[in-house]
Amino acid sequence: MLHKIERFLTWESLLVVLLAVIVVINAVQTPFYLRPENQINLFQLSIEKIIVALIMTFIIINAEIDLSVASIMGLAACTTAYLWTNKYPMELCILAGLLSGVAAGIFNGFMVSKIGLPSLVVTLAGLIGYRGLARVLLEDQSVGQFPEWFNRLGQQPFIGPFPIALIIFFILLIIAIVILQYSGFGRLVYVVGNNKDVARFSGVNVGRVKMTLYIASGFIAALAGLLYTARLGAVRGDTALGFELDVITMVLLGGVSIFGGSGSIWGVLLSILIILNLRNGMGLANISGNTQTGVIGLLLIISVLGPNLAREARAAWNRRTYVPRA
Amino acid sequence: MNWIRRTFRPEQVRELILVLLIGLIFAFFSTQITGYFSPRIFNRITADVAIITVVAVGEVLVLLTRNYDLSVGSIVGVSAYITGTLLTRNQSMPPLQAVAIAVALGALMGLINGALVSYGKVPSIIVTFGTLAIYRSVLVEISNAKTVVTSQLPQWLLDLPGANLMTVGGFDLRPMVLMALIIVVLFQLIITYLPWGRQLHAIGSSPEAARIGGLPAQKIVLVAYIVCGALAGLAGFMYLVRFGNITVVAAQGMEMQVVAAAVVGGVSTNGGTGTMIGALLGAFMINLLQQSLLRWLQISEFWIDALLGALILLAVLVDHIIMDKLRTIWARSALQVTDPASEIKESSHVA
Repeated sequence: MLHKIERFLTWESLLVVLLAVIVVINAVQTPFYLRPENQINLFQLSIEKIIVALIMTFIIINAEIDLSVASIMGLAACTTAYLWTNKYPMELCILAGLLSGVAAGIFNGFMVSKIGLPSLVVTLAGLIGYRGLARVLLEDQSVGQFPEWFNRLGQQPFIGPFPIALIIFFILLIIAIVILQYSGFGRLVYVVGNNKDVARFSGVNVGRVKMTLYIASGFIAALAGLLYTARLGAVRGDTALGFELDVITMVLLGGVSIFGGSGSIWGVLLSILIILNLRNGMGLANISGNTQTGVIGLLLIISVLGPNLAREARAAWNRRTYVPRA
Repeated sequence: MNWIRRTFRPEQVRELILVLLIGLIFAFFSTQITGYFSPRIFNRITADVAIITVVAVGEVLVLLTRNYDLSVGSIVGVSAYITGTLLTRNQSMPPLQAVAIAVALGALMGLINGALVSYGKVPSIIVTFGTLAIYRSVLVEISNAKTVVTSQLPQWLLDLPGANLMTVGGFDLRPMVLMALIIVVLFQLIITYLPWGRQLHAIGSSPEAARIGGLPAQKIVLVAYIVCGALAGLAGFMYLVRFGNITVVAAQGMEMQVVAAAVVGGVSTNGGTGTMIGALLGAFMINLLQQSLLRWLQISEFWIDALLGALILLAVLVDHIIMDKLRTIWARSALQVTDPASEIKESSHVA
């Protein structure tokens, strides 16, 4: 009997309960909350972060980290804006922006997988360095006046009521689920994350798995940066500053272990919904953006502390109820 | 070459190389920039480096145990702001009490970090990434977007940054700089000679071995975090003294400069290796290079971040490639000829 209950006591079920509580509280607070416009708007407001969270899930399951994603978003946006101010056609600017993200990803991947530096230090340097490059490009100016079609892409619904960023998110979500949970490469991501050395001795090309993930991370971060640009219609040197905190929180709250090897896209999807609804609810309750960030930080710590305490409590409980047999 | 191997350890060779590099940077830029070796630039660099160094000393303590503290920037900001606010409200507060408040605030925030890391068993990167955001948002919340302004601070505080302890040919020794130097030397001695300092190395070198060896690792790491917080609090006071105007974004991003200084100074992010002198040299070199390049190339302030990122990466890369080689050479030579006399004795024994 107890075992049957315990099977439902997974991290994901806890997240579902948490999500339900937040949704109910929000719905009671304001009737506006449950309207479809607000629900789409709630996604739209952090769509770039949740797109990046998808690839971050892969990287953290692979027992690495990428702190530089927000800076890559900024770099891609600034590259595009810089070329645009120099009168290049917009299509070329967008392509260059995406390429700058890929280049940053290749650089990170090379340092981590080929040279073997710790990813935390490499991407910390990237966090500073790519942001620095973005600032060098635009200095202290703000670039706007992008072509009309570009802004419309970010601000208007694309198909039905859905904006293009949301459609891209859902496509990427399906791709991520298929690759991570149902494909051979997804297995490799878990295997390498569980134990890099065992994977290597079993004939897995560890370097290639990591390289692929970092390049994908760079590309998707750049894409997210451009979507952000299209949505806001303007770029500054500090575009997307500090987004990495939200992205990593989403992934870790979703039950992905920071030490790699475990976690799933489903959990991350649930935690994305939780964070979005929480932020939306706090926004509707007139709580400032700064406090929201603090709450997210708190949530990040609790998301790891909670399971730890629960495990220790259970261990203590087991010790107490242990009856030695004669 | 042999005497080098016998006299120095690889880490010390690394520090010597840093000193040499700093000398080269000085030599190069003094030929390029007129009036480079002037008291004005010297004082500016030392004043900046003093604050970074005090935070970096605390950071090294934590890094030695194979943990991180990314929240130091927020701790500096919070303690600078709160101390500043209290000083504007109570002008007659004695200086020592102001310092004590800043240090205590920092220690409290360090205690929270440390408790979560060592007793909550949450990875340090997650804890301090979270508290980085939390401390800052608490600061924004309590401040109501007000700022501490210079004109409201007591006079002794305003006089402090310009005060001189000693002048050698126009080069001043400022109280803040002296304090930073004392802290560096003090903590260098602590991590070299005190049991607690050795235990930090032991935990960082191999947490598992330290645990099996019976070290109270949780308590030691907790204390490392508290001391790190306290030093960041002290740096908050120094920040207040240096700048006077404190906004809610004060010292934002300082954690990056601090980690950069430590890494460039040869402190390993894998724990167990690093010195306070190295961190000081790292901080000094970064600041020197930034100030010099700004003057030499006439480049904009916007290059600073890009440069910093490149420097960190370069330092880690050099460490990875060169230091591994150096250690291998040292280890090999230690295996081959430890003592010529014993070798002769051994061979005669065999014969």
